[in-house]
Amino acid sequence: MKSPGSRKRKLPSEYLKMEIKKGIAVSPGIAIARSLVIDSEDYRIPKRSVLPSAKISEVKRVRDAFKKAVKELEKFSSGEEIAEGNIKDIFAVHQRFLKDKNLRKKITDLVYNELLTAEYAVSITLRDIANHFASVQDKYISERAADIYDIEKRLLRHLVGGKRDDAEHINREVVIVAHELSPTQTASFDRKFIKGLATDAGGRTSHTAIVARSLGIPAVVGLEDVTGNIAPTATVIVDGNRGVVIIDPDEPTLKEYRQHAIEFERLERELDTLRDMDAVTRDGVAIELYGNIEFPYEAEMVLDKGGQGIGLYRTEFLYLYSQTEPTEEDHYKAYSEVIRIFGNRPIIIRTMDLGADKFTQSKRFTQERNPFLGLRSIRFCLQNLVLFKTQLRAILRASVDGDVRIMFPLISSLHEVRQAKMILHDVMEDLDEDGIKYNPNMPVGIMIETPSAALTASILAGESDFFSIGTNDLIQYTLAVDRGNERVSTLYSGADPAVVNLLRSVIHDANKAKISASICGEMASEPEYIMLLLGLGFRIFSLAPPMIPEIKKLVRSVTVESCNIIARKALSMNSEREIVNYIRSAAMKVLPEVF
Amino acid sequence: MADTVSQSEVEIRNANGLHMRPAMQFVDTASRFTSEIKVSNGKTEVNGKSIMHMAMLAAAAGTKLTITAKGPDSQQAIEALKDLVEVRLFDEVAWQPKEKAAE
Repeated sequence: MKSPGSRKRKLPSEYLKMEIKKGIAVSPGIAIARSLVIDSEDYRIPKRSVLPSAKISEVKRVRDAFKKAVKELEKFSSGEEIAEGNIKDIFAVHQRFLKDKNLRKKITDLVYNELLTAEYAVSITLRDIANHFASVQDKYISERAADIYDIEKRLLRHLVGGKRDDAEHINREVVIVAHELSPTQTASFDRKFIKGLATDAGGRTSHTAIVARSLGIPAVVGLEDVTGNIAPTATVIVDGNRGVVIIDPDEPTLKEYRQHAIEFERLERELDTLRDMDAVTRDGVAIELYGNIEFPYEAEMVLDKGGQGIGLYRTEFLYLYSQTEPTEEDHYKAYSEVIRIFGNRPIIIRTMDLGADKFTQSKRFTQERNPFLGLRSIRFCLQNLVLFKTQLRAILRASVDGDVRIMFPLISSLHEVRQAKMILHDVMEDLDEDGIKYNPNMPVGIMIETPSAALTASILAGESDFFSIGTNDLIQYTLAVDRGNERVSTLYSGADPAVVNLLRSVIHDANKAKISASICGEMASEPEYIMLLLGLGFRIFSLAPPMIPEIKKLVRSVTVESCNIIARKALSMNSEREIVNYIRSAAMKVLPEVF
Repeated sequence: MADTVSQSEVEIRNANGLHMRPAMQFVDTASRFTSEIKVSNGKTEVNGKSIMHMAMLAAAAGTKLTITAKGPDSQQAIEALKDLVEVRLFDEVAWQPKEKAAE
């Protein structure tokens, strides 16, 4: 890490120590901008310094955080809604701590003398105290460490919260640097100014990666400790093609990357010329390419990039954006906006898929020990009928305006499909009573993203008009790997024989039942998998809009016949490594410039 | 009034020891007086008006602490604190030392 002194002396930029960090490239492109580092109160705060000139204002940030925290607690303890007795005592104790001059001085001294950030000084001081408690023999006293963590969190919330507001109101171009970004955070970003993303955690299918791809901004994740290595507002290069982040680049490097950026844009423009060409293989098989979207404004991009429709309209943003639950009108407006852009082309709306890693701002979900196996997605909807029916009503109303189709996520049994469809019929009856029009034949599909659904696809096909395979969750559940956990994310792979076999069995069952099965997970945006998927028999892909031209180019360069051979060969292989290497080299032979 | 120094040894006698809430009561009581108040467990001496310091003493039941007050109201301060620790037991249940409980 650079010492603050070296910056103060204003060395010529070529002598500034450049740092190159390697991560996972998850969204292509090159960004060069100043960094905006966002800490999170839920993670260990990395050690970072402030410039000597900033120490006074940093001390003030500590004082302000203490003041705000005390005020907040005063509100709690004076409020009548707060329970008597224990809870009141706990808040009173926390208040005493926050008013303790000894504690505050310890922290401000660290900032002032050691030039540490307010966040780090707060965190390290309170964690020291907590560790002290935790080491005490007496159990009753040692458990009080939890109180200290609580105080730490409260202070950090004010410190980090303030910064997070900054991120929402930025007015200059930045690269966001963070441990990991939550859906709520990314939903509130002003995409005009966010030029790139770099995070410590995450893999190819983490939320940060998905958002970056759909917004078309370069991103590198899995950098492990990038937040700890960066001074505030350092210049950063994010190379989303090669998975490299460069902090404080020297002049030659900057020049080189500016050139790369221009070259990349040229290539993008070239791909854009493919927009009006058909996605058809060299041996004449027509392939359908759709776009995945989260926000209505992304629909334009799908059209721009030559997408034939929306294969996955995620609706979670409706729940994440505002403090209150979305109304039927909120839903309807969002759907109508996309229909207006797409006219009579298909739009597949996926019902609410929250829970697990995503949660609503009202924190409606109680903490679960194992959220990915918990009350999420369709399971949550089936237990919260008012919320579910509101969305279904809006989708049905929108169904007369265009080619709207509905899709239920995270189905794990036939019973769930039947239940969801029964509720859909209830809502149809309600609409009949109210004299509101809808399309009674709206296609109803399900996502295949659990091993149980994949293995019972032939049964589920009886109740479904179409399948869409969510490869992200399917891989995660099949291989029992948390895709967001950087310590195991290398085990996560779509090329695992288990996954390839499941995919084959689903397309086989779908074909037999004469219903369509598309791929809407990240696999469909990864060039290396396309030939394998075509060979397995898939003909419909839905992917992040910026990737459509590239995948189309690949489709137009291959023959189904050669893909069939590749799939057959891959199915005979025993290991993930073997399959990955094989399909990668096969794809590279066809279209080297994509890699 | 002239500054005086008063000192007394107290024993933590409530069952759960000097955890958070008792530490708060101690600090609140100590803060009512103008005297400077120090508390020692024989190893470290801390400020009796700082909840952080008092809590970090982590004095379990049976611990003996020396309270030293220095100031115009030192005598009253010591009496009030001794009362809180040994008579009122921080409004908690009394500690049963193991050998006594066995009797």
